Amino acid sequence: MSIVGKSEIRVDAFDKATGRTKYYEDRMPAGALFVRIKHSEIAHGFVKSVDTSEAEKIKGVVKVLTCFDAPEIDFPTAGHPWSMDPEHQDVADRRLLNTHVRYYGDDVAVVIAEDEVSAMQGVRALKVEYEALPFVLDPQKAMEDGAPQLHDEYPHNILKHTSIRKGDYQVAIREPGLIRVEGWYETPTVQHCHIENHGCFAYEENGRITVVSSTQIPHIVRRVVGQAIGRPWADVQIIKPYIGGGFGNKQDALYEPLCAWCSVMVGGRPVRVDCSREETFVSNRVRHAIRFHITSWIRPDGSMAARKVDLYSNQGAYASHGHSIVAKAMGSFPQLYPCDNMECDAYTVYTNIPAAGAMRGYGMPQASFANDSNIEECAHAVHMDPVEYRNKYIMPQGYYDGFSKNCNYYDSHRECLEKGKELIGYDEKIKEFAKDTGPIRRGIGCASFWYNTAVWPIALETSSNRMLLNLDGTVTMQCGETEIGQGADTAFAQMAAEAIGLKSYKDVHVVSCQDTDTTPTGLGAYASRQTYVAGFSIRQTAELLKQKIFAYANKLTRQSEHNMEIRDGNVVRKGDGKVLISLKELAMTAQYNPQDSEHITAESTFTIKNNAYSFGCTFAEVEVDIPMCKVTVKNIVNVHDCGNLINPALAAAQVHGGMSMAIGYGLSEQLLFDPKTGRPLNNNLLDYKLSTVMDHPDLEAAFIENPEPTSEFGTKALGEPPACSGAPAIRNAIYNATGVALRKLPMNPHNLFAAFTEAGLIHDEWQEG
Amino acid sequence: MAQYKLVRFTLNGKEVEKMVDVRASLTDMLRNDYHLTSVKKGCEVGECGACNVLIDGEAFNSCIYLAVWADGKNIRTLESLTGPDGEISDIQQAFMEESAIQCGFCTPGFIMTAVEILETKKLYTRDELRKLLSGHLCRCTGYENILNAVEKTMKRRLGVPVE
Repeated sequence: MSIVGKSEIRVDAFDKATGRTKYYEDRMPAGALFVRIKHSEIAHGFVKSVDTSEAEKIKGVVKVLTCFDAPEIDFPTAGHPWSMDPEHQDVADRRLLNTHVRYYGDDVAVVIAEDEVSAMQGVRALKVEYEALPFVLDPQKAMEDGAPQLHDEYPHNILKHTSIRKGDYQVAIREPGLIRVEGWYETPTVQHCHIENHGCFAYEENGRITVVSSTQIPHIVRRVVGQAIGRPWADVQIIKPYIGGGFGNKQDALYEPLCAWCSVMVGGRPVRVDCSREETFVSNRVRHAIRFHITSWIRPDGSMAARKVDLYSNQGAYASHGHSIVAKAMGSFPQLYPCDNMECDAYTVYTNIPAAGAMRGYGMPQASFANDSNIEECAHAVHMDPVEYRNKYIMPQGYYDGFSKNCNYYDSHRECLEKGKELIGYDEKIKEFAKDTGPIRRGIGCASFWYNTAVWPIALETSSNRMLLNLDGTVTMQCGETEIGQGADTAFAQMAAEAIGLKSYKDVHVVSCQDTDTTPTGLGAYASRQTYVAGFSIRQTAELLKQKIFAYANKLTRQSEHNMEIRDGNVVRKGDGKVLISLKELAMTAQYNPQDSEHITAESTFTIKNNAYSFGCTFAEVEVDIPMCKVTVKNIVNVHDCGNLINPALAAAQVHGGMSMAIGYGLSEQLLFDPKTGRPLNNNLLDYKLSTVMDHPDLEAAFIENPEPTSEFGTKALGEPPACSGAPAIRNAIYNATGVALRKLPMNPHNLFAAFTEAGLIHDEWQEG
Repeated sequence: MAQYKLVRFTLNGKEVEKMVDVRASLTDMLRNDYHLTSVKKGCEVGECGACNVLIDGEAFNSCIYLAVWADGKNIRTLESLTGPDGEISDIQQAFMEESAIQCGFCTPGFIMTAVEILETKKLYTRDELRKLLSGHLCRCTGYENILNAVEKTMKRRLGVPVE
């Protein structure tokens, strides 16, 4: 019982350290044709014609396909499990190539060529005639009467509107003596920026279509490719090799459907789509920019009498994950800081910017920024220490949510806050920093976050697993869950080795490259679900495998199957611990026994009907140079209760990555669009300010390990939570340093200058000092 | 029309020569002609560092270095660090042990810059190391463990105690 909980080296570390690991482009068939895409150069309008004649003359160009050639099939792209209930199926609102273009960067035509240069020359030679329409970039403007309409079926561009009503807000706000703490909080459009751009290649084999893709969700992509090109789903095979990060962008069908169709259109020859960095920023997915309006009514003791929250989520041009994201964001409000009287309304609104999809945190980095900014202001309004305020009013131990059936079994929030305080040196530092009055001021801020594990009961939660006993006594395992860089395979190997009773996690060979023809059906990497859900199917399949092993061992050793267990790779007799037979000998005997041969294997599916809360917080210490409008994060600590850690070192590494993303979200990242044309302005890694190693202090990850009672291995969400509370913690630190309550991300010099100027902090006296 | 030119250079310790398209980048040549797929493409305009290789001991983004410029140069990719029997270098081992690898896509570029740093045989402060590594982008690790791996290997090579 010691394999789980150890900081083992990743199972894929050696190949990655030596450069041997194969990503999609490293598996490219020789001679694959290049597909390059002509993107819309207007934000909204209709393609009237595409003149392909010049492109077709270019040597090397094989075929040009335009939006007028594409099948008239609308399809959805979100990486959600299929729903048997048509009401819950994803919105199908795009085609492989679109005549009605809805953002600057939409897909209009493709050139297929023998080499990349010819393909790109072909794209440049296409002459597209448009009928331009007015466009709208802001979700609230898109809701106004007379705004440009993106999709006919959705009046006022509202993809969906949902509400939460609790108690009676209107009555509650009449209570005498209430203090109103109100504000608009705004988050920007950002992009995932995995270092490997999305790409894929497709070919036909035996009448079926195969797509090898950089994706997080092979089985879901199979279904979407089938839908989009009008083929039976089983006609499609998706292969997922190692991928260079995803963070939710690749939790969508991206260019797999287009790539598959292009191959079909050239007789099944191999074709490749490789996104450039510029395309990844614009023509894949982005994180929803959500604008929040929060009105909190608090009593003089700080308690929350009533709260109203309006959320406007910028969906961009196509539905992708759609309303799910802002709905999750809204759902966190009544739970994180419970209040008896609430009115919440969330709107997901189409606009003419790139389509927003899943991105690490799924609405929670946005909600955490708005909520914990407002909560900080509530604490200030009643002159309470912000940590004390949270300790008093955050979700209590024992809190139960009737919908998810989640329970806050432990006092996780307060335990995390306490640990964060201690690690950052809160008490001493706030006293010291209170003395700062000059142009350079220091401050500490914190923020908590709310998170769920997996998607039950909103959608299907299922996990399938297959184990094969090898001739050397090791086990080969196939999981429906995907390795995308986070270290999932290593955690699975550790859990399986422990569940079976092997000597080491190295005795489990996880088949990392997934193939929908042979990999057990799974849903993929999203919702911080995989370690939790795989735990159930790994445990169940290990039990089945052991039953088969014990049944065969019984034939060889005469001992009762019920008196056996596996320890360190040997079948032992429970009663006295005597080694009956090693797994190696058993496997060899079973396989080559001329009288009774057996290939020992087990496979099972587990339907998960549980969810689990996963909580934590960030503490950030900043130094603000007021005249320079510059913020430096001096220290930052994340504390997580994600249950038991399967691999502490990899868990900490996961937290570091999320913290880095949160620092970028807080201070520098935003994808900008020209208000006059809708054209993206900074869709490259030079102008889009992704944090470098110079932009961080050392990142500290800490854990409270309260075992999750519903989980096979006591574990729960950790993939996305680290990205949630960093930006508001930095924001609150700036607030505490300067007294300026920032309401807009990113907190870059541009936005700080406006806020500091408004607060009267920018003046000539600094220069004299 | 494509024009071709002969380039002769040293690649991972071996003398080689190749006719290359004069428009090709060094990344293209290393990946397509020599199958050195540790050289990764993340932006192809010199922003991310994934394609980094050593040219005469100096780290370069090979995506913005023409293949024809390789003539007469000594070029090293990550593949050169693995010995004939699969033995690996201390810096690779440190990346593995420090959990400095996640998706692995930025890893080859980072390790080759680390090699350049280590070959100077100088002791740098952590802040200096940050500056020296800042040409590489990583979205998975927050750079924390990468920095730890490089710092520890530097100190071990120089015989300086590692905390």
